[in-house]
Amino acid sequence: MKLVIAYINPFKLDEVRDALKESVGGLSAGNVQGFGRQGGHTETYRGAEYEVQFVPKIRVEVIVDDADVAGVVAKIEETARTGQTGDGKIAVLPVEEIVRIRTGERGPDAL
Amino acid sequence: MDSGSTAWVLASAALVLFMTPGLALFYGGMVRSKNVLAMLMKNYVAMGIVTITWITVGFSLAFSGDVGGGLIGDLKLWGVRDLGLGNEQFGYEIPDLLFMAFQMMFAIITPALIAGAVAERMKFTAWVAFVAIWSIVVYAPMAHWVWGGGFIAEDIKALDFAGGLVVHINAGVAALVLVLVLGPRIGFRRDVIRPHSLPLTILGAGILWFGWFGFNAGSALAANGGAANAFVTTHVAAAVAATTWTIVEGMRHGKPTTLGFVSGAVAGLVAITPAAGFVSPLSAVVIGIAAGSICFYALQLKFRFNFDDSLDVIAVHLVGGIIGALLLGFLAEARIGGVDGALLGEREWIQVWRQFLSIVVAIVWAGVVTFIIVKAIDMTIGLRVSEDEERQGLDLALHEEQGYILAD
Repeated sequence: MKLVIAYINPFKLDEVRDALKESVGGLSAGNVQGFGRQGGHTETYRGAEYEVQFVPKIRVEVIVDDADVAGVVAKIEETARTGQTGDGKIAVLPVEEIVRIRTGERGPDAL
Repeated sequence: MDSGSTAWVLASAALVLFMTPGLALFYGGMVRSKNVLAMLMKNYVAMGIVTITWITVGFSLAFSGDVGGGLIGDLKLWGVRDLGLGNEQFGYEIPDLLFMAFQMMFAIITPALIAGAVAERMKFTAWVAFVAIWSIVVYAPMAHWVWGGGFIAEDIKALDFAGGLVVHINAGVAALVLVLVLGPRIGFRRDVIRPHSLPLTILGAGILWFGWFGFNAGSALAANGGAANAFVTTHVAAAVAATTWTIVEGMRHGKPTTLGFVSGAVAGLVAITPAAGFVSPLSAVVIGIAAGSICFYALQLKFRFNFDDSLDVIAVHLVGGIIGALLLGFLAEARIGGVDGALLGEREWIQVWRQFLSIVVAIVWAGVVTFIIVKAIDMTIGLRVSEDEERQGLDLALHEEQGYILAD
């Protein structure tokens, strides 16, 4: 099993969710701030200009069976891509154990 | 007494009180989220504390009799006793009790204005002590000098319709003193410190604009043409100043901002406060343009002189108050408020000198006495929170509360 973490643009979240609906049992999404090659922006308050380095992004996390990983990554890649700097990144991590809290099921049954 | 005037001033007193919650929101939106409750609290607590000091001794010291040839009132009206339902004491068209209540709302908001300058780093206990003492020792005498038959009105003969001296310059100078003694926030000029909720600020500004009709037009203490004049000049100054600020800001920084628009409006409202019942609507346009532009440039003072006036109380209230009080000397018209200024009517240049002198008196008084109070509090209770408390945020550190609990 693998944990797929994707940092994407907030306005892409709905598309990504729609694309993944059939492939995954569930997904979690949270607000993060980050920067990569995409620079920050300037904000002005009361005559003072501030260089704000952080850009709002969404971190999507899904846990998938090994067989499904490539497909899920490809779906995220396609839907989240705009071609501009700031599209984000996807990381794939190994998962040791997974438990469904309600039933106590473990392993692939818990996905 | 006049029932129309009584009804209007009753409503005005409520409007002015509403300005303190409006001010709280205006300031609250501009601090970081970890400090929002502490800022709201500093404003709201004035409604509690100053009511008590006013009712007990403040009102009497400001408005009862006169001691020392225009220096201070007496204590005959302590506890506002003997203030009846009639107008025997003061002779206005409204009940004496209402006059006291209307003035009370001014006494409440004046120290609350100072809270913006000391945002995010002042101890609550120190603040409460400061407000209580300041309202009696600094505010009441000023109110006496300008409105209670004291020497600024009687001897200097300066004009102040609704509180350019008593409220804005007074609070502005006190804010400067506090800022200099307190020192800057951790991260001032280094970290990015942004307003956490401009919608709150903008809502607060709208409430202030609305309430200011009570502040200025209510100061006519009657439902008459004078009140109507003050109403119009107040609104015109706010609108023109807001527009001016936005234009100036747009030219200087490239984009007009919502914070700029409302800041301009407040600056205009501050500047028209001393003049509202003495100048024409066209003069209010002039005052609005002056406030909207000069106060914008005054924002840079804190960077030029390196002091952390967190929410620009000095740039808006001190500078705006001085602009209004001075321009009043030029633009007053006897056909409106009974006195001519330097440029209109009988062209009384002396009025400019009178305004200037009253401004100097206000600055010296507020500056010196506030300094003494602040130093005394610093040496006993201590003014500033610890570094840990400041980093953690005052809401949790001082009040054990969180403004936003988004997870629940």
